[in-house]
Amino acid sequence: MTHKIRDLTVEGLARVEGEGAMHVVITDGEVTDVRLRIYEPPRFFEAFLRGRAYTEPPDITARICGICPVAYQMSSCQAIEQACGAVLDEPLHALRRLLYCGEWIESHVLHIYFLHAPDFLGVSSALELAKDHRDLVEKALQLKKVGNDIMEIVGGRAIHPINVRLGGFYRAPTRRELRPLAERLRWARDAALETVRVVSAFDFPDLEIDHELVALHHPDEYAITQGRVVSDRGLDIEVSEFPEHIVEEHVAHSTSLHGHIIERGRYLVGPLARYTLNYDQLPAVAREAAVEAGLGRECRNPFRSIVVRAVETVAACDEAVRIIEGYSEPDRPAVPVEPRAGVGHGATEAPRGILYHRYSIDDEGTILEADIVPPTAQNQDAIEADLRKLVTANLELDDHDLQHLCEQSIRNYDPCISCSTHFLDFTVERR
Amino acid sequence: MAEHSTPKLAVWKFASCDGCQLSLLDCEDELLAVAGAVEIAHFLEASSAVVEGPYDVSLVEGSVTTPQDAERIQEVRRVSRHLVAIGACATAGGIQALRNFTAVDELASVVYAHPEYLSTLETCTPISAHVPVDFELRGCPVDRGQLLEVLSAFLRKRKPDIRTHSVCLECKRRGNVCVMVAHGTGCLGPVTQAGCSAICPSFERGCYGCFGPMETPNTASLSAALHAGGMDGGTVMRLFRTFNATAPAFEAASRAEEKGAGRL
Repeated sequence: MTHKIRDLTVEGLARVEGEGAMHVVITDGEVTDVRLRIYEPPRFFEAFLRGRAYTEPPDITARICGICPVAYQMSSCQAIEQACGAVLDEPLHALRRLLYCGEWIESHVLHIYFLHAPDFLGVSSALELAKDHRDLVEKALQLKKVGNDIMEIVGGRAIHPINVRLGGFYRAPTRRELRPLAERLRWARDAALETVRVVSAFDFPDLEIDHELVALHHPDEYAITQGRVVSDRGLDIEVSEFPEHIVEEHVAHSTSLHGHIIERGRYLVGPLARYTLNYDQLPAVAREAAVEAGLGRECRNPFRSIVVRAVETVAACDEAVRIIEGYSEPDRPAVPVEPRAGVGHGATEAPRGILYHRYSIDDEGTILEADIVPPTAQNQDAIEADLRKLVTANLELDDHDLQHLCEQSIRNYDPCISCSTHFLDFTVERR
Repeated sequence: MAEHSTPKLAVWKFASCDGCQLSLLDCEDELLAVAGAVEIAHFLEASSAVVEGPYDVSLVEGSVTTPQDAERIQEVRRVSRHLVAIGACATAGGIQALRNFTAVDELASVVYAHPEYLSTLETCTPISAHVPVDFELRGCPVDRGQLLEVLSAFLRKRKPDIRTHSVCLECKRRGNVCVMVAHGTGCLGPVTQAGCSAICPSFERGCYGCFGPMETPNTASLSAALHAGGMDGGTVMRLFRTFNATAPAFEAASRAEEKGAGRL
């Protein structure tokens, strides 16, 4: 029997953080296999954390990802503080949230303008975009810089901040150090509002996803640093129950493990899930921007995630201003965290979605076991399912256009392949 | 390569966190000027447009940990006039070089259910272990200002102005109180290369050595001082064995602690 075969290979998927590969098999006009292959050289973090001191994961796990180090620092601190029974003073919580807002701004603006927008504008990069729209790119860079400035003032540096420790910080910033940031953040909030307007005018392909959406939820704030793990299909658990509900599978084609909800299967974390589950907790200015941008209370079109990221950038700027205005210098920069034997769980909302850590330590504080579940590992099945749906609906496209659509679809999720692991070459096989 | 054409810049990634190449995108005030001075010919994280080599300057991030990457770095060297290794991974193996202290099979079975699916080398090595490197820029991550300095130097065909003295001098210049003398905080500043502007001591913590060993470091003397300050051997060992664990001076210091583990 003869099969109709078409082959297409592209090496190195661009504008993603890290490297991976995509493989699509089309047999006689039907999509028979879709695989997002992640080849990041395995780095074995969970293994070499064993035997290290309980104070070290914030610095060590930050190195999993240069784009979202704060997420790793926050989830690891939270897990170990829980294991040791330490509770933070309120102002220290607020400072952590401020630092995290800085990372959201920096990471979201990087993704919006540098990785994602070029797809909608038909250019290869933001640098190419700058040739005709220099003002826009200058503004994007300045907006991103405000995020980095928060990281530098609160965290010591923009990539791999040094000021985070168990129990809080090495040194808390003074009101005087933070004050100039507030003024710049008000500018940034306006720039983010303009970003919402710019990106909401893009032309979005139709795609409705039906993945279960999972995010942290907190009744009083748009959850970043704390909350319960909830979904749109009734999941509502403490962070410490995460391992009872989520399993990770190791498949042959990837060095990133795939996350599943037990007995239900694939799910999605990240901006779409957060927005849909926590719409009511968005600050008013961000909600108004969302309405103006034509987003409903829910957003299930991953191509529109760029608008959601812009709305979240508005929220992060607004939240950062609020925290700085209400900031009073804490009595101590950190609460003591004494080791005791036990297990602790931590989860926070990395820019790309829930980042879960679990540590088991002994009574001297030596790490016995570490488990890290990054957002991209959780989303891998959902990304593959979207690709399958998209390819099936667009079989009439030629290989070039189909490839572009698939790449764009992968970029919708801002997959941080460094986090899970790297190298994307792209293959469509038509049989 | 024509003498007056725009120089071509390439950025390559090996095993790493992306943070060092992100440092280039983090040059918010200078990025468009850089993009005006060079042709960004290969930078996958930033652009899907790829211009063929050869390249005038290649910035290489990450360490070599797989057989495929051991071949790829040879190809990168072939198409690069100048090759600059950036960051702790590229210059000293980085955090993932911690695997060199344990059998790799053991590590793989901790993280992965099916280690047989993985393709990995026994050790993790810096770029210089595989190909000649024209310059090594330290840091985990590199410092943006230093990155721009190195780039400018190669484009202008001059020597980069990167100091190899210790963090201590930067601390003195900033007017920091010595955290080790004043507070008894363990600090790798006396043996670590400058470049970060002594951020950690400025935030009242000890330096953790992310820029790797300075030129001619006296690690034995520092280890003795750390012990005298009450730090146990395991802690001193881990201090040297983190972000630049296989940089020769730090590796020797951590192995010395391992041997003298009884000494408190």
